[in-house]
Amino acid sequence: MGIDIEALEREVFPRTVTVAGVEILDTLLMTWLVMLLLGVGLWLATRRLEMLPSRPQAMVELIVEWIMKQISDVTGASPERFLTLIGSIALFIAVSMLLPLIPKLKAPTVDPNTTAALATVVFFSVPYYGIRENGAKAYFKQYLKPVFFMLPLNILGELSRTLSLAIRLFANCLSGGFIAAVTFFLLGIAAPVAVQIFGAFTGLIQAYVFMLLSLVYIAAAVRPSRDEETT
Amino acid sequence: MDKVTLFAVITMIVSGLTIAIGSVGPSLGEGKAVVAALESIARQPEASGKISRTLFIGLAMVETCAIYCLLISLILLFGNPLNKLVLPE
Repeated sequence: MGIDIEALEREVFPRTVTVAGVEILDTLLMTWLVMLLLGVGLWLATRRLEMLPSRPQAMVELIVEWIMKQISDVTGASPERFLTLIGSIALFIAVSMLLPLIPKLKAPTVDPNTTAALATVVFFSVPYYGIRENGAKAYFKQYLKPVFFMLPLNILGELSRTLSLAIRLFANCLSGGFIAAVTFFLLGIAAPVAVQIFGAFTGLIQAYVFMLLSLVYIAAAVRPSRDEETT
Repeated sequence: MDKVTLFAVITMIVSGLTIAIGSVGPSLGEGKAVVAALESIARQPEASGKISRTLFIGLAMVETCAIYCLLISLILLFGNPLNKLVLPE
């Protein structure tokens, strides 16, 4: 009663498949699928916006309002400025984590490249929002606080928190898929149902955590201008 | 015991120990964090949104260490880059 390692590695890790004669990484295909689902689904749901919303529109409004509430709670600013970035991140990761529930599909975030791309986006968006809000001088002066020789430590801290953002998402997703695959190979078809559901649940929590952490990093870069305001 | 067997045995032992020891600390820490959060929610239910948000952020930070250990363990088992040093190809 062993585990077929080859099949395990085929199911869990990213690998190159041949689609219509083109060799492509299957997690890349999954990323495109998530983009398609999100783009087409949300466009269809919000095509005709009415005052008395239909059910898809109401669901989308619920999600958007929840994200806006999170943004305004953490940053204390108007949520529209960060809504595009934070909303896209949250929705993309949430849908990616729910994708393994459909058979034969794997989450695009089992590929460390996907999570590294997301973390890089957050890494570059922190100075972008910081400079846009407070100007370049005030933003870069932040690195010299609290004492000026903390500069290398601040830079190192920023790089390491980006790295931890990427690794956290990747390792959570990979271990979830792994445990589901192993229980499938050991126990047949019924056991992985509970494991998959648990994996999807923790995946949604990780999506929330990723969104929250990127919000906190952006808010920390934006906040110095708000010291005089009473929030 | 030849070189390959020794390598395999050590890899197995270490990957088991990594995740076993590496999950003790974060679990205890997360438990304490949840206890503190529950107590403060019980004391001030109206702040429960902010408290649970901060709890999630803190738990994510703590859990990262356990995730690193799990990642090392999986890498040792499935993607060990030192395989080609030891295994005759």
